[in-house]
Formats: sequence, C-alpha cells, structure tokens
Amino acid sequence: MDDKLIIKGIEFKSRLWVGTGKYKDFEETRKAIEASGADVVTVAVRRVNIFDRKSENLFDYIDPKKYRILPNTAGCYTMEDALRYARLAREAGVSDLIKLEVIGDEKTLFPDNCATLKATEILAKEGFIVLPYINDDPVMALRLVDAGAAAVMPLAAPIGSGLGIRNPYNIKIILEQAKVPIIVDAGVGTASDAALAMELGCDAVLLNTAIAGAKDPIAMAEAMKHGVIAGRLAYKAGRMPRKLYATASSPIEGML
Amino acid sequence: MKIKLNGNETDLNDNLTVAGLLETLRIEPARVAVEVNLQIVKKCDFQNYVLKDGDAVEVVNFVGGG
Repeated sequence: MDDKLIIKGIEFKSRLWVGTGKYKDFEETRKAIEASGADVVTVAVRRVNIFDRKSENLFDYIDPKKYRILPNTAGCYTMEDALRYARLAREAGVSDLIKLEVIGDEKTLFPDNCATLKATEILAKEGFIVLPYINDDPVMALRLVDAGAAAVMPLAAPIGSGLGIRNPYNIKIILEQAKVPIIVDAGVGTASDAALAMELGCDAVLLNTAIAGAKDPIAMAEAMKHGVIAGRLAYKAGRMPRKLYATASSPIEGML
Repeated sequence: MKIKLNGNETDLNDNLTVAGLLETLRIEPARVAVEVNLQIVKKCDFQNYVLKDGDAVEVVNFVGGG
C-alpha cells in the first residue's frame, strides 16, 4: 500500500517518530528504536563531554545512515537560543530538518507562541525545514504555516505527561485546516493514544517518554508501532457512524 | 593561550586551529559543530581557523533527546 508521508520532498517510511532521551543506556535506546520500526529519531544538541572522551556516543548505537536524524531545540526559552541551537544542529548534522521548540514555561513546558512564530519565519528563510512544536491551537497552526513551517506538531498533552490526547476536537480542527502534515508531538502515554491520534487523521506521531518510561520499553516500542499502523489503517478505512441504539449483526430471516 | 572551551578556562598552545583542537581532544570532526565567539565555524574552515587568546569556543554534538 502506497501511503508515504512526504515533507518538503523528503519521504518518510514510518509514521511513528521517536525520541532518544531518557533511556537506561544506549543499548536499550537501540533496541527500543529498532522495535518501534521508526525511521526518524529526534536528538538534542549539547556540549561535547571534553573531559571524558571515552564516553560513548549516541551515533555508535543509532546509525545516522539508517535513521533520519531530527535535531530539536529542546531546552531553549528564547528565540535567540532556539536559532543558535538550530544553526549548530544543521552544522553538526546532515540535513535542514529542525524540530523547533521554544519553551515558554518551565512547569508545563508549553511553547512560547510569539517566539516560536518568529523563529519559524527566520529559520524557514534560512532554508531550514522547520517542524515547530505548538500547543493544540488551531490559530497558531495556521500562523505557523504562513510563516513557513513544513509541518506543524501540536502537543497531545504536556511533554512527558503521558496524559494522551486531551483535546481531540482541537486536533481535528487543526487537521481540517491543514495545508501541511500534522504530527502529534508530546503527551502520548500508551499505544491507544497513538492509535487515536492516527484515527483522527494525523500524519504521524512523535513520542519519547511513552516508550522510555514504560516498564518494558522494548515491548512498548512494538506496541506503539502497531498502534500507529492500526490507527492509520482505521483512518483510511473510515469508521462506521456512531449510533445510540443497537443494530443486530445476524439476520432475522430464517429464524425458527 | 587561554580559551574558554565549553564554559571552562583551558590552556592551549598558541596558533592552534579548530581542526588541531579537535585532534587534541580526539573528537571526530564529522559529528560536531563548533562555534567561536557565538559564530559558527564551518567544517570546511576547521583547518584554517586559528584560535586566539580569550576566544569562547563551544563544541557541540547530538545526545539523546525527545
């Protein structure tokens, strides 16, 4: 079945995108990502550990030739910082993809809308393929597309909260208006949350803690893979209408 | 000369290039980005960019993140 996700000419095999943070060790990261079937992995930009050069590198376990690397600007609270991290990420990496996060509040990790919008505009002009993280806000989604976002990534719930899709109606409105792919990013807790996002019509789901924070991350990674595939198929299939009363599945005709 | 390397005061030989610094630190240039005084140094300039006393140098790479 030809059902590929394409963003600015880049073809993605998987509709499940995963983060690489919070795992016990690199080996667990590698196994979980393999089990998830994802071909996109997010990474953060941080200082090289100068003093411990024997410490292992993420890319010893996650082969950048095998996975598409999506750097983020996590931890940035100002537009200037986000631009700085994005530019460093492009220089360290191999592509123009950037998952733009400009955080506005430490406790909720909700985005700073104004700074995210301005940063999207600047980075898009510099040739970045900007994938901004936003609240489940249909108006912001439109503004970001006008500013040059290649896709928009509304949260399901606060980052790392695992609360699932708190406002499916807003996500639905964002989807109805969408001129670019919509990727639910953050807040997914378990496989049914990922399936719901896909059933609503989202183009992909990005998650990290739901796998890394599960009791058995590798099993949860596999569950997420199936959840996303099932949700996508159900969306394409088109669900039956909801009815208040029962309709028998077996015929009355031929009954004794 | 003294430079500030990833936030730490560091003593280095004079006339060291960015490429030389990475070699000293045994860092694979392909996997990092380097910034000197808030300006990115392109990988193709690593060989020619000579560091000066007082420079603030940042060497970053990718780590696990969401």
